[in-house]
Amino acid sequence: MAQITLVEAINLALKHEMERDASVVVLGQDVGVDGGVFRATLGLASRFGPERVIDTPLAESLIAGMAIGMAVEGLKPVAEIQFSGFAYTVIDQILNHAGRMRHRTRGRLSCPMVLRTPCGAGIHAPEHHSESPEAMFAHIPGIRVVYPSSPRRAYGLLLAAMRDPDPVVFLEPTRLYRLFKEEVADDGQAMSLDACHTAREGTDITLVTWGPMVQTTLAAAADLAEQGIAAEVLDVATLKPLDMDSILASVARTGRCVIASEEPRTASFAAEVAANLAEDGLLTLLAPVRRVTAYDTVVPYSRLEHQYMPGKDVIVTAAKKVLAFA
Amino acid sequence: MAIVAKFEIHHSQYLDPHGKAVQPLPEFARDPQNLAALYRWMVLMRTYDAKAIALQRTGQIGTFASLLGKEAVEAGVGSAMAKDDVFLTTYRENGAQLMRGVTLKELFLYWGGDERGSDYSGPRRDFPMCITIAAHATHAAGVAYAMKLRREPRVAVCSLGDGATSKGDFYEGLNAAGAWRLPLVFVVTNNQWAISVPRSKQSAAQTLAQKAIAAGVDGAQVDGNDVVAVRHAMDQALAKARSGGGPALIEALTYRLADHTTADDASRYRSPDELAEAWKLEPILRLRTYLMEHGAWDKAKEDVLLRECNEQVQAAAQAYLDTPPPGPDQMFDHLYATLPAALQKQRAAARGED
Repeated sequence: MAQITLVEAINLALKHEMERDASVVVLGQDVGVDGGVFRATLGLASRFGPERVIDTPLAESLIAGMAIGMAVEGLKPVAEIQFSGFAYTVIDQILNHAGRMRHRTRGRLSCPMVLRTPCGAGIHAPEHHSESPEAMFAHIPGIRVVYPSSPRRAYGLLLAAMRDPDPVVFLEPTRLYRLFKEEVADDGQAMSLDACHTAREGTDITLVTWGPMVQTTLAAAADLAEQGIAAEVLDVATLKPLDMDSILASVARTGRCVIASEEPRTASFAAEVAANLAEDGLLTLLAPVRRVTAYDTVVPYSRLEHQYMPGKDVIVTAAKKVLAFA
Repeated sequence: MAIVAKFEIHHSQYLDPHGKAVQPLPEFARDPQNLAALYRWMVLMRTYDAKAIALQRTGQIGTFASLLGKEAVEAGVGSAMAKDDVFLTTYRENGAQLMRGVTLKELFLYWGGDERGSDYSGPRRDFPMCITIAAHATHAAGVAYAMKLRREPRVAVCSLGDGATSKGDFYEGLNAAGAWRLPLVFVVTNNQWAISVPRSKQSAAQTLAQKAIAAGVDGAQVDGNDVVAVRHAMDQALAKARSGGGPALIEALTYRLADHTTADDASRYRSPDELAEAWKLEPILRLRTYLMEHGAWDKAKEDVLLRECNEQVQAAAQAYLDTPPPGPDQMFDHLYATLPAALQKQRAAARGED
């Protein structure tokens, strides 16, 4: 079994599925010869040819719109938007068309496409390259929103996304792309979507998180362990539809919860998790739920980004406040 | 200074507004019976259109976008396309949709606010009407790419209006069609008005057809009130696209004889004189004149046709009115292939079970 990075795991999943299913095509800016600006599609063009690994004109709405047309017409397109900051123009296509196609035609047509886009801050990128748009996508009916946090998860979840009969927005944490390696078996095994994963077991407090913040939160949990606190870390992985049952079950055991995400705070996906806990888990809670998020500011340019992104210490502090609540 | 590019846009017309052939007709139009068949469709479209407006005015369907005046575009496009082609339309192409096998009942259902109207029983691969302007130009590029990738002799046809040619999605789809030589035909119905904004304010371009030239796509203009011109341009564009010759754009010049929709009042922004002038150019009268002068039509046939069209439209309207409204489950049905657990709770609430 090979030790690979998260971005290599994405590449491996794409390669596996393109080999297995001739209807899978990859499209986006610079995904061909260049292998994508992050090299997620490296080597695919030479292996599968330029007809299936498609360098598109520089037009994001076209990339998403074409993927819709291809999916309806029977292909399995995996579209790449180069950075999430450029993905906002495709929200029109995803919201008005991809997410509605099956519904508005009463199941006559469907739209099994994947839209991949790198997200999050922390890689000293230019402006508009560091956003966390998960809540915007999670607000859209008829789609799935998936956010892997490790090489193994990226491989299994991307395979699942490509095999899903409905549109999937697949967010990729840029700062984890090459942060660490894991053993990933190229066994073609898809993970199940719509399910949280327990990233670390614990009994004292539940830390709910996803995407790039999973590593930060695991680091916080390790710090807490040194202080004798056993934190359970849940990796939400599929934000929409949300596996709230697993979160509620964990919180029912621990009685305490911190939600950690990198989004602006207002109307964040973290707020959605907190609202669900208030509605359905209040009586199991021993303390108020706290959110650890970024600020309601624009994502600052790279010199300030580490003051913007919530670090492990903020999570530790929040967890201790929740634990201190009598 | 050197000239590095030059272009010209051709305009074609076969039947003038008086029903006179201004040049030898193309092969298909030489038999008046073929034109009579198109005429029948155009009269059915106009009958349907009038009924839909009547249903809206009496509160029996919702807002409706009339196709009055563009029957020739509809008949030209609808009759030229092959069954296995894919039609991607706006909300003003119900005429061509009828010719492709969408039923009158489905159209009434749709405008009556029922998504079952987009579950077309005939053209199963055709897209539902695209309400957000020009988004379907990008979908059409994807459909055409799939056809080309699979080496299928099929064509995607994307119809949109003059206003849509101002949108980014139009240019993005058109540009992609040119870049990959896709089997894709764009039909721009230039009916002179995008709600209240006239063509002259929409773009400084002399023609909308020339927008295709910038994308490396063939562009031509036809008299959109002349079904022969529309059909012939479509025949040529489809044949070329089908045989690997790449995309085309046809600008069909016509006039929106109705309000934008039943929720609009065009008298607020355009003059009765302009409308009266436009009526002199309308497509049905000129075709009937031509057919009568060539012995292919008469009053008796006209009376029978009008009666048949009325009966057909009436029966479809009744079938729509007799269709029970959907229950709350329809909001959740077909949202996903399998309804996720999280939504099953919401469906239970909608059913009143929670």
